[in-house]
This record gives sequence, structure tokens and C-alpha cells, in this order.
Amino acid sequence: MIHVTTTINGDETEFVCDPRETLLDVLRDRLSLTGAKEGCGTGDCGACSVTVDGTVVCSCLVLGAEAEGKEIGTVEGIATGEDLHPIQQKFLDHAALQCGICTPGILVATKALLEKHPDPTETQVRYWLAGNLCRCTGYDKIIRAVMDAAKDMRSAA
Amino acid sequence: MQYQAPDSFDAAVTLLNAEQGMARVLAGGTDVLVQLRAGTVEPDLIVDIKRIPGVHDITAEDGGWRIGAAVSGVELNAHADLCADWPGVAEAHDLIGSTQVQGRATLTGNLCTASPAADSVPAMVAAGATARVQGSNGTRDVAVEAVGTGPFKVSLAQGEVITSIFLPARGANGGDAYLRFIPRTEMDIAVVGAAVSLTLDGDKVASARVSLGAVAPTVLLVEGAANAIIGTSLDDAAMDKLAATASAACNPISDKRGTVEFRTKIAGVLAKRAAKIAYDRAKG
Repeated sequence: MIHVTTTINGDETEFVCDPRETLLDVLRDRLSLTGAKEGCGTGDCGACSVTVDGTVVCSCLVLGAEAEGKEIGTVEGIATGEDLHPIQQKFLDHAALQCGICTPGILVATKALLEKHPDPTETQVRYWLAGNLCRCTGYDKIIRAVMDAAKDMRSAA
Repeated sequence: MQYQAPDSFDAAVTLLNAEQGMARVLAGGTDVLVQLRAGTVEPDLIVDIKRIPGVHDITAEDGGWRIGAAVSGVELNAHADLCADWPGVAEAHDLIGSTQVQGRATLTGNLCTASPAADSVPAMVAAGATARVQGSNGTRDVAVEAVGTGPFKVSLAQGEVITSIFLPARGANGGDAYLRFIPRTEMDIAVVGAAVSLTLDGDKVASARVSLGAVAPTVLLVEGAANAIIGTSLDDAAMDKLAATASAACNPISDKRGTVEFRTKIAGVLAKRAAKIAYDRAKG
């Protein structure tokens, strides 16, 4: 077993894991952070998206042991207490989710997108989120929510 | 399975050599973790090289660029000077996977996985890139086209590890490009890939390298295709000869993504289109 010290959503966190466990396994099964979902487990669907030192990655493609000394961001860190992040609110406003399995990953990926590109084109958004599969919505509502969130966040900035 | 994250390549090589069972080197992990999960490889040792100083660095060297083995797609494409010199290489690597995969996937890993359909490898081959290999007998530089020996097989000896990739000096009046065919617009594996790097003397091609992916057991360097355009200004006759020699070099398989006939024809088409882009880039 490996002892790992890391930072998750700003809080220093320690865990012990088997070397074979992915960061996703650790988050869900050892730390009870079940926002990140396992869709495919092979880096295709993006449901397990988290940030590692600010870069969005699939946590199913990261070993838990690799988290040592890193800053991990998950969907649980997006809201401030009871106050939803503007992206989260826009997803509700636009009904940009149905079953919700893909939503945490899309929120994490969208937050990273808007931090890097506050004024993205629709094409940019579609390519950025191409690795986040949704089998319910057909994507248009998601894209509208992201564009609207970007607009609001720009005017608030 | 043991997980080790050494702080030097010397230590990594020692660990790899000491392992009696199967060892795997972990860089971005976008292939290794998929293989672990599928059970297609069951290593006894994982050596994570990302804690080694310098592996995330892109450094200027002899007019070219040395790219550490753990530099991700995001880091590569954020390097404006490298992207200006070798847009074909940067774009080829950027085609791999999603935003999430780009946060981790490395040129070195793409090379070591040795998929015939690897997107970044034809671009590196066309660029004349070399890989620096470290083993118990020291370091050596090997041409990128000599690394893959067959589908998912490499020429590295037991205990050897690639520490960096070197892209040579672009020089004046040069350009490169990589194109692939996929039936979708994103998140797919090349049915055919073609890369061209060339330099110009006036309007004429002075030197060229042409590489094809997904049309043979390994990525191909096609000298005949380069010779077809050297000394020309990519007139129709030269372009036809380029396409014909590229297609003639193909030795593909038929699978769910494309037939032998389709891959063979498209290799010529993409070689021509990539040559045109490289030419226009060289013109500036």
C-alpha cells in the first residue's frame, strides 16, 4: 500500500491506496467524493474529469499514487457552500442535464475552459468538450448553458 | 504491482534492470492505464518518470527543441516558439484524444506505444526527430522511425527508457504539416495519416521528408515520395508522382476503420494535401 499526501479542493488530504488504484477509485471509494463518475474507465467519456494542478484530466487515467503533492480539483469544490457556481446555475436554468452522470465531468471541464478562454466561440466549446460524452441531451442545451455562463461570468468579472 | 517514482533516470534504469518480471514506464499514462485496466499488460513494476527533474521542460538546443519525456500535449501546444517552428508536429499531437487526454498524453508515450496509427509519430518522423534513449550502457540518440518495429513493439532493449525527444532546427524557409483521415471530426484514431516536412530554395523544394501512418505495421518514412517533390515547385506532375509513390509504399490491413484499397488511395491524397500546406508554411 502507498501513503499519499495531496490537496483536494484546497484541503490537505491523506490516503492509503493500492498501487493499481486509479485516482478515480481513490476519490470515490476511499474519500467518498462520488461526484466524479466512472463511465468507460478508459479515458473516452470524461465523466471522471478532475483537475490536477489546474489541468483537466480523466481521473480514471491517473494512478492514485500520482496524486502525491498535487492539487486536485473535483466537482465537489466548484460550489461555495450552498451557493452554486454560475456554471452550475446555468446548467439548471438551461436544463442541460437529464440523467446527470456526465454532468460533474462537464462542469469540471467547463470551469477549466472558461478560466483559460473566458470568451470562447461555440466551436471552441464543442471541441473542448468533445471528450465529455452525454447520451441524453444531444449536447445543444449543454453548449447553450456554457455560452450563457461564459457571458455572465465575463460581465461579472 | 509495485509503483516507484524515482528522481533520476539513472535510478529509473536501475529499477527497470533490477525487475525480474514485467516493468512498464509511466509518463502520461493514457495508454498504460488503459492496458492495465483491460488486463492486456500486468506489470510487476510501474516506474513513473514524472518526478524526474527536467522531464516537463522544453529547452532550446542547437537551434531546435528538446522535449522532456513527460511534456503533455497541453504543455507542448502552449509553447509558442516550438509551435511556430514545427506546427505540423504540434497539430499532430493535439489531434490525439480529448482535452482531458491532452492534459497527460506525451510525444514519448505515443512513440513508445508504437501504434501504427499514432498521430504524432509521422509528424516527428517527417521532422527528422530523434529520441534520446538511456540504459545501463549510457545514452544514445535514435531516429524516431527506428523506434517502432511493429504494432506495439519497439526496438528499445530491456531496461532502456526514452528521456526526451529532439526536434532539429527548423531553419529558414521550412514548413511541416500532418493530416489524418477519420470519419468523425474529433476523438478518433487515424485511418490514414500523412506528414510532410520540407525546405525551399526559392520556389523549389530543396529537401523533404514524407511519412505515413496507419498504412503499414510501422509508421513509414517514404524516401521515394520525398524524391518526387524535391527540385519541384509542387507542380501537378510532381504531386501526382508524390501520391503514386506514397500509395505504392502502403502495406495496410483492412479493418473496421478502412479497407486496404481505401487506405492506399487516401495515403496519396493526404500526402499531396500535407505537402501543399507544408509548402505554403515554408513560403511564410
